[in-house]
Amino acid sequence: MRSLIACVSQATTVAFMLTVGAASSGAQDHTADYARADIEYGSRIYAAQCSTCHLPSGDGIAGVNLRSGRFRHGSTDQDLTRIVTTGIPQTAMPPFSFTAAEVTGIVAYLRNMNAFDPAAVKAGDARRGQELFEGKGGCTTCHRVNGRGPHVAPDLSDVGAVRSAGSLERSLIDPSSQMMPINRPVRVVTRDGKIINGRRLNEDTFSVQLIDSEQHLLSFAKTDLRELTILTTSPMPSFKDAFNADEMADVVTYLLSLKGL
Amino acid sequence: MATQRNQARLWIAVLALAALVTGGLHAQSGVTADRLVNAAREPQNWLTYSGGYFSQRYSTLSQIDVTNVKNLELKWMYQGAVAGGWQTTPLVVDGVMYITQRPNDVLALDAKTGRAYWTYQHVPSPEARVCCGSNNRGLGILGNTLFLATLDGQLVALDATNGRPLWRVQVADPKAGYSYTLAPLVVKDAVIVGVGGGEYGIRGYITAHDAKTGKERWRFYTVPGPGEPGHETWRACPPNPSSFCDPDAWKHGGGSIWLTGSYDPVANLTYWGVGNAGPDWSADQRPGDNLYTDSVVALDADTGKLRWHYQFTPHDRYDYDAVQIAVLADINWNGGPVKAMLWANRNGNFYVLDRITGRFLMGKPFVKANWLRGFDEKGRPDQTPQPAGAPTWPGNQGGTNWYSPSFSPHTGLFYIPAWEDYATIFAGTPVEYREGQQFGGNASRPFVAVPGAPTVSNQRPSPVNNWTTAAGRGSVIAIDPETGARKWTYNMTDVTKAGILTTASDLLFTGSNEGHFQAIDARTGALLWKASLGGQIASGPVTFQVDGKQYVSVVSGLSLATFALRD
Repeated sequence: MRSLIACVSQATTVAFMLTVGAASSGAQDHTADYARADIEYGSRIYAAQCSTCHLPSGDGIAGVNLRSGRFRHGSTDQDLTRIVTTGIPQTAMPPFSFTAAEVTGIVAYLRNMNAFDPAAVKAGDARRGQELFEGKGGCTTCHRVNGRGPHVAPDLSDVGAVRSAGSLERSLIDPSSQMMPINRPVRVVTRDGKIINGRRLNEDTFSVQLIDSEQHLLSFAKTDLRELTILTTSPMPSFKDAFNADEMADVVTYLLSLKGL
Repeated sequence: MATQRNQARLWIAVLALAALVTGGLHAQSGVTADRLVNAAREPQNWLTYSGGYFSQRYSTLSQIDVTNVKNLELKWMYQGAVAGGWQTTPLVVDGVMYITQRPNDVLALDAKTGRAYWTYQHVPSPEARVCCGSNNRGLGILGNTLFLATLDGQLVALDATNGRPLWRVQVADPKAGYSYTLAPLVVKDAVIVGVGGGEYGIRGYITAHDAKTGKERWRFYTVPGPGEPGHETWRACPPNPSSFCDPDAWKHGGGSIWLTGSYDPVANLTYWGVGNAGPDWSADQRPGDNLYTDSVVALDADTGKLRWHYQFTPHDRYDYDAVQIAVLADINWNGGPVKAMLWANRNGNFYVLDRITGRFLMGKPFVKANWLRGFDEKGRPDQTPQPAGAPTWPGNQGGTNWYSPSFSPHTGLFYIPAWEDYATIFAGTPVEYREGQQFGGNASRPFVAVPGAPTVSNQRPSPVNNWTTAAGRGSVIAIDPETGARKWTYNMTDVTKAGILTTASDLLFTGSNEGHFQAIDARTGALLWKASLGGQIASGPVTFQVDGKQYVSVVSGLSLATFALRD
């Protein structure tokens, strides 16, 4: 009986995936499905890396029209990711070693080539973004980049390689929505009443590891704690009102430039 | 909503202020150069590969002693995720342990529980080639920066708080067989490393790098080039036209560095053991003494200039790398104090040298050795190569090898992890150098006391031990450095690759190929306690203290086990 249910469940899942795949293979407007920042970022990578062969119009290869939204070698976003990163054997399409953030952007742009006009986008400026990051934004009060700054908040040295443009933009607007659970703020009170605030680094059934506000690595047995509170609200403020649209684009562009060593 | 945002901003301000006031100070200091010089004053930590610049692997911690060591219990174990045994020695800094695991991962663990704070993964280039496994022996630290030397020839600086890379420099060419397996030596504001690759025809070197940037400051070649002193020991061809002689032998003369150097802060000298000449066994094609292979070199820490050298095995035919740890100790010699260097060499001899001048004070076999009959007054060995087909003692793996010895100022004894009564029949064959290819000239074969008996192997896949005392045995040998006399021996059935740790409470910790971790009375050699950990122990134990409790950690197989007394 259990195996029958499993079979039915599996079949339903496959059918659902196929439906999703079919729905996403048409030449439709996908703008709502992808973050605008990802589409913009992808358009810039496309212009730099893809347009030599595929042309800005997307129809530079005979028989291939990227703008049509139909792809001969795959239909899902996973298919497009695979094609971009591994290439297509026996064709001129080579593999590209893009970061996860770059692939996310390219796929988002490919899905929206029809509806999105790269010429209408004012590209962010990484240098201005860095000035905002270190100045008006006050980001280096908590964040560390390339060995400079405190360890209070997550190190952003490679954030441009691991976070998509859309995720970075959402982080600036609504930080809690993009906070990874392992990075959540922790408040512990030890049995002798000592209060420690920090950021979670690791946790298991019996213990929790964190970095405290004094940048010490600390580990606690849960039995030694009177209180352990994992907060779901990021201490980072929203920059929705602090940055205008151009500034937001500048900061996102700067963050995307941080690829790590 | 506004209140929430205000609270968040207030919290940020508090965190930032705390970070600037206290965290900032902490971040600025970390493990200073002074702390490294005075590592013995903070026995709760283990700040360098060998526990301190004198490389004694001796700790003044004494909570665990000969009376209570039987009450040790396992507190935690960290299991590696990559197959293959580890050779790493952890660092412990103020309750945080830093270890490396294969191939070039770094982890920060809570030293009390073994739970991880962070991991860093360096994936070595596919061009990296190493003779004997993806080994790494540990890290160096200065301030809040860790230093990792990688299998593909890079030196990497990591933020000790979060494991993020701060800089990375490519020093050596992995395609040509250069690699790093050692834990870097930190002296003042420099990081000093030496290349491995003695089986690939490298020309070895030691380099010092700016700790803040990785920029190279000096380089010392362990095989001197034309015009440099010592180059004449790579003699011109052909001294013997009937055998193959390589006119460019020095260009790929070996001289690898496997282990962290020792350092005398007063003399400002670093001491490095140099590996075999290349090719290992085909000695005829590299006529001469082949400096500075199989030597200890004393280098000025600031300039890398050679102050003195002593060659243990001139014109080595036996692969007797001098890749042991230089143990520095101030001892009595002929009724007066001497700043000594104690050295148990792979060639089977125990040496005492004056570490300031390099003067030879004593050389004496600590295991059976028939490749020499003695020394002249300057310490040059009178070599007695054995007839073709006859066994040479000690065998190819040596009377000891890279496994760390220990010196206890409390007992005054020097402790050696040894292979006793083990021989090899050596016979080199000429080999032509090809970049990145094995360059051993190997036709040697093991000698076994019983015809047809199994022979020693670095990798033993079977849990059944086929190495028996019929072909030799492992042991811990205690030697009085003032006389060279053996004080006691602790025998094992299998040979050993484990290092040794001694403590002020006269405990000696070591392990074995058999997977036993054992505590021995450092005064008598009596076994006091043992635990079976199930994996070969191929590095040295360390001890440290957190929150008033003493711990002892040892790597077994691909796991790290940490013991302390029962609560």
